[in-house]
Amino acid sequence: MIIAITADKGDLKSRVNPRFGRAPVFIVFDTEKGDFEVVDNAINMDATQGAGIQAAKTIINTNADVLISGRFGPKAFNLLENSSVKTYVSGEITVKEAINQYLANNLKEFTKEEVL
Amino acid sequence: MILAIASGKGGTGKTTISTALAVAAKQKVNFFDCDVEEPNGMIFLKPESVTTEQTFSQVPQIDKEKCTSCGACESFCQFNAIITLAGRTIVMNEMCHDCTGCGYVCPNNAISFNPFKIGEINRGIHLSPDGFEINVVSGVLDIGRTMSPPLIRQVKKDIKPGELNILDCPPGSSCPMLTAVDGSDYVILVTEPTAFGLHDLSIAVDTLREINIPFGVIINKSDIGDSGVTDYCKKEEIDILLEINSMPEVAKQYSEGVNILNDIPEVTEKLQKVLEMITTDYCEVV
Repeated sequence: MIIAITADKGDLKSRVNPRFGRAPVFIVFDTEKGDFEVVDNAINMDATQGAGIQAAKTIINTNADVLISGRFGPKAFNLLENSSVKTYVSGEITVKEAINQYLANNLKEFTKEEVL
Repeated sequence: MILAIASGKGGTGKTTISTALAVAAKQKVNFFDCDVEEPNGMIFLKPESVTTEQTFSQVPQIDKEKCTSCGACESFCQFNAIITLAGRTIVMNEMCHDCTGCGYVCPNNAISFNPFKIGEINRGIHLSPDGFEINVVSGVLDIGRTMSPPLIRQVKKDIKPGELNILDCPPGSSCPMLTAVDGSDYVILVTEPTAFGLHDLSIAVDTLREINIPFGVIINKSDIGDSGVTDYCKKEEIDILLEINSMPEVAKQYSEGVNILNDIPEVTEKLQKVLEMITTDYCEVV
């Protein structure tokens, strides 16, 4: 399974960044390999608009099954949902803690009803 | 002449000054409310026999037969309104700025354009107390729409270069403000002597310098706050065109839709001098 997490920096000790579209990096963790890749999101940090859409595309192209962040906007959420990426919400814990919390079934799924 | 009234910070008095200028000009004026997200010029210039026109922007439509999802339109769009994903090209209508550039770059001729309702334009004529015609054109962005530049551009189509055109612009210094001031002969920046007023004024000044439009400053509520704005204007060699004191009575009358010239008639003459200076120095044709 592939879990993507929005993060401040490219390591597992980093804080989970609460902003999806404008997070500095995405950590893409492969549970089977126990290893991760770092995907840069710098181009979206200064986007005038549409950061969430581009970030959703980036995540979908990583083939992630699950995405963990603070919250998600409507356009990004629709793209992610249509591509069967499940979205989960975490507090501002470390990336490693967020992965463990997800695997222990302790994270809350972000649903359509929560999209503003 | 095209005279734009902008500010940087919101709530400094753009509409107060622009509607006062329209009346003080004592000539035929075309007045444009380009602040389409919150137009209020018509509250002060009460036009009669108002007509309403529905307005549309042109958004791309993808011909699925011809589209190869090559991504040329996506990489061209500066506003992330088009995305190619899993062999499909998806258009986000509400994010489109109506530039139609995607249609030019598509190598497969797969893009045509469809009208997308964004708002309305109201037009009417107000007769000033001195009997001069003020043509009022006011854009109103539909609720739920976020892209104001296409509507602002359509509002500005009624500008008549040989006449006096006064543009009440949106606050800020991003796309809506730039779209509104684009093509003006001169911009009056209305500010207030506060830290917020100065901060946003300086961004608006940098913006206008970048696009080479001459400008001057009107300081509203000039007896409050601090000397930051005047010090800044002195240092940057920016003309201070007029200073208007803070008057609770003016604020009260404003809330009732009364033109500031009714409360402080002496402003009329001062505004006429400002207009005269701008006309003489920055525009040969009125």
